[in-house]
Amino acid sequence: MDVSLEGRLEHLWEEAPGLGSWLATVDHKRIGKRYIYTAFVFFLIAGVEALIMRAQLARPDETLVGPQAFNELFSMHGITMIFFFVTPMLFGFGNYFVPLQIGTRDMAFPRLNAFGFWIFLFAGLFMYSSFLIGKAPDNGWFNYTPFSGKAFSPGLNADYYTLGLIFLGISTTAGAFNFIVTIFKLRAPGMSIVRMPLYVWAILATSFAVVFALPSLTMANVMLELDRRLGMHFFDPAHGGSSILWQHLFWIFGHPDVYIIFLPAVGIVSSIVPVFSRRRIVGYLWLALATMATGVIGFGVWVHHMFAVGLPNLSMAFFSAASLLITIPSGVQIFAWLATIISGKPVLKTPMLFVLGFLFVFVVGGVTGVMFAAVPFDQQITDSYFVVAHFHYVLFGGAVFPIFGAIHYWVPKMWGRLMDEGLGRLSFWLIFLGFNLTFFPMHISGLLGMPRRIYTYHAGLGWDLWNLLSTIGSFVLSLGILVVVANFFRSLRSGRPAGPDPWGGESLEWATSSPPPPYNFLEIPIVRSGEPVWDQPELREHAVRVQELTLAEEHETLGTSVLDAQPESILPMPEESYTPVATAFGIAVLFVGLLTGLYPVIVLGGLAGIAGLLAWFRVKEPEP
Amino acid sequence: MPVGPGLDLLFGPGGPETTQAPPRESCRPTEEATTRIPGVESSRRSRNATFALLVPAIAAAVSLAACSGTPPSTLKPHGPGAARIAGLWWFMFAVSAFVVVLIGALLLFSILPRRRRKGDDPDTTPAWATRMVVVGGVVFPVVVLSVLWVLTLQDMDALSQPSRPARLEIHVTGYQWWWKVAYPQQGFVTANDIHIPTGQPVRVLLTTFDVNHSFWVPQLTGKTDLIAGKPNTTWIEADNPGVYRGQCAEYCGLQHANMIFDVVAQRPADYQVWVTRQQQGAPPAATTDLLHGEQVFLSQPCVACHTVRGTPARGTVGPDLTDFGDRLSIGAGAVPNTPGYLGGWIIDSQGVKPGNKMPPIELPAQDLQDLIAWLESMR
Repeated sequence: MDVSLEGRLEHLWEEAPGLGSWLATVDHKRIGKRYIYTAFVFFLIAGVEALIMRAQLARPDETLVGPQAFNELFSMHGITMIFFFVTPMLFGFGNYFVPLQIGTRDMAFPRLNAFGFWIFLFAGLFMYSSFLIGKAPDNGWFNYTPFSGKAFSPGLNADYYTLGLIFLGISTTAGAFNFIVTIFKLRAPGMSIVRMPLYVWAILATSFAVVFALPSLTMANVMLELDRRLGMHFFDPAHGGSSILWQHLFWIFGHPDVYIIFLPAVGIVSSIVPVFSRRRIVGYLWLALATMATGVIGFGVWVHHMFAVGLPNLSMAFFSAASLLITIPSGVQIFAWLATIISGKPVLKTPMLFVLGFLFVFVVGGVTGVMFAAVPFDQQITDSYFVVAHFHYVLFGGAVFPIFGAIHYWVPKMWGRLMDEGLGRLSFWLIFLGFNLTFFPMHISGLLGMPRRIYTYHAGLGWDLWNLLSTIGSFVLSLGILVVVANFFRSLRSGRPAGPDPWGGESLEWATSSPPPPYNFLEIPIVRSGEPVWDQPELREHAVRVQELTLAEEHETLGTSVLDAQPESILPMPEESYTPVATAFGIAVLFVGLLTGLYPVIVLGGLAGIAGLLAWFRVKEPEP
Repeated sequence: MPVGPGLDLLFGPGGPETTQAPPRESCRPTEEATTRIPGVESSRRSRNATFALLVPAIAAAVSLAACSGTPPSTLKPHGPGAARIAGLWWFMFAVSAFVVVLIGALLLFSILPRRRRKGDDPDTTPAWATRMVVVGGVVFPVVVLSVLWVLTLQDMDALSQPSRPARLEIHVTGYQWWWKVAYPQQGFVTANDIHIPTGQPVRVLLTTFDVNHSFWVPQLTGKTDLIAGKPNTTWIEADNPGVYRGQCAEYCGLQHANMIFDVVAQRPADYQVWVTRQQQGAPPAATTDLLHGEQVFLSQPCVACHTVRGTPARGTVGPDLTDFGDRLSIGAGAVPNTPGYLGGWIIDSQGVKPGNKMPPIELPAQDLQDLIAWLESMR
């Protein structure tokens, strides 16, 4: 056995190669990469769905796809982008970088982490299996009752939606709790809560939002499935139920979900801005507080999705005020980033280009967002293409631009190779111009009275030109995305070696090699600053300093206190395990049983899941 | 007043002779389209006569012209509700444009190459930067948003009730995928065209027969949803005569795209004429051809779903057809109401609007032709 520190840690943390370890891995970096790969595949699929829709809408009375296909396309586009792309993608980056940025060796619950990925993958396959039998969800991502009830949607389409999202919710919830505990308990000693990187703040706020918002969606789906399968009447007004109840439950989840998507992206921006502005971030506390405030206020604005439902004016006035209020944290963030860039010395590499593009696009989406708080205007423009324009500006602009920034920023860390700067610039401009050409005209078609979710429209309504422009833009945008993909694979093959710190970063992921070793850090770093790699030269030397916190005797990491990150305990960490994938598979079988209504399959899946959990929780005797 | 030229002719300077002019003239097809349906006579003996009708229908579809007056732009309001909202929009647009330009300029400025000033230390935050965050991120938004909230509340208040009581009440019911339009005070029912008198608020009671829909006439006022189990009301008022396109704005299934309606605003006198005609029911068939057409209608499954007041047809599954000849469109805006389209619709409505509830009706050519003529004669 190698007796050097590296050798000992390697022995303790390295996972054996091969299929077995591929299924059993609990390494947060491998799992993070899987999340990113899988989510990106879903992104491409949902992108193709969007392109087909844009082709259908390119001109009036087009017959490329029929109404049923179109309705499935826009439903699956929304479901995929929201549930199977953005959140898993951001969870993927979180998985990889939260442990690195807080200076620990893994997530707090590595097996739960693996379990979350497998559930995500199986739920995605479950949802997309609907296309194989021609029963893809066709009620939109919002699945309003009573249309989604058995009477109007007798097919399995709506069951795929409800069961698929309940299934996926297990993964998101597990991931959120894991982030919360990891961030609270595994930070490197000295990383008090006010020294946490803003990205970590953002993941924390997002995780809390998930924990409080997701149950509403899950419960709504459980109730709807009970209505559909067992003839209950939660959403059936004819028998004392309420169809508006679904809308409330959905948007109590749905609006916070906007921030669940947006906040991690904000965290990415706060990571990139200071590094490429060559100065400390302006207003760290403002930004941290704004992040948390957004997460909290986000729960008080859901009714602005329902201003046309016919609610009392008093209640609409309240939600109007709340919806205006939530602009303020975003404004603070934007001006803090601007002040940082202005007072710094910006370096316009690709990650920064995507951040600058984000700032502009997000401001446009932000000002149109404010308009929806103005109740009468909302009533005029809701469910029109103006809304489609708005939320693509905030979701594509607010989340996907930062995600592309993150790809260019962090790929060198994850794979050890730089992406090409020229291709990076090309992809940025294609995406930026294509994006604006796609979505800006939708503001206009919306103002001209074009409703959402229509599979065709007649000529002569003033919508033709704007739709054609949108379609052209969507293909330019797609080209830009393909350039990113090409750039990525090119960098894997022939990218220049990145070295540990290609950008001159300030947070701890830059204090280890690229890609990081399985144990992340030779020694748990001791943090004395909010920008440790800038302020603690010893961290840049990637060497062992005091040999106090190497934790090289066992497979373990350090637990610290919640606020001050004082060392509290040595936490033994679990080894590779098949139990997460086995349990997830059992649950997948259970959901297939629920979908098909085959009781033996339900029982089989349930038993397999329970068996997996029992094996999971079996206490392993310490090795002699 | 920016009504299309056709509408100017139609509704323009009012007078006794124009009062009779029905609004459908505005989207009457050109002469070629209204001439007898080609193919019907030539293939009268053909067993496939009905299919020959599809050819002109498809040909006409290529040159499909919308049946409405002006495009349904929220920015060209024709009623006090939409006008007020357009005002709110232009205020918000101005503020938004200012913000976008300001931040865009700051962004450009931030990346311009510039000399570092003395004291620009990457480790400390200059005082102006903090001020910028406070002023730009807190003070400015609080001021602007407060103003906007006050304006919002004012407009909400103004729009919640019309300025004077609405005497006319219309009951609109959403169906997958068409609109039933009832005039309870005058005692008749029609569909997909909503006639209102100009210059007075009209209360619209909104209910749904099946799933949720949304009532939206962009040029008159904002949306109100039709919610299962919860009747809603809104009010509309048109300043000028004209045809204002409306469309369902809440996704409601397969043919959400073809759940269109038209609000036909008429001068009060014209409107009164229309009401009187409606109250009289369908005119008796005047010729033997028309009489034959009526008999075809009554002998076919049509009567199971449609009502024609003045005949035994009392179905309620589909739209009331009593004033069918007056209607602007077929299939709730799917196609314009012309004899050619009507023939195509009768024999193959599933090809025109897949998923609607009307089955294909196979008819001998002469029967079809008379049926079309009879339906179009009811005005």
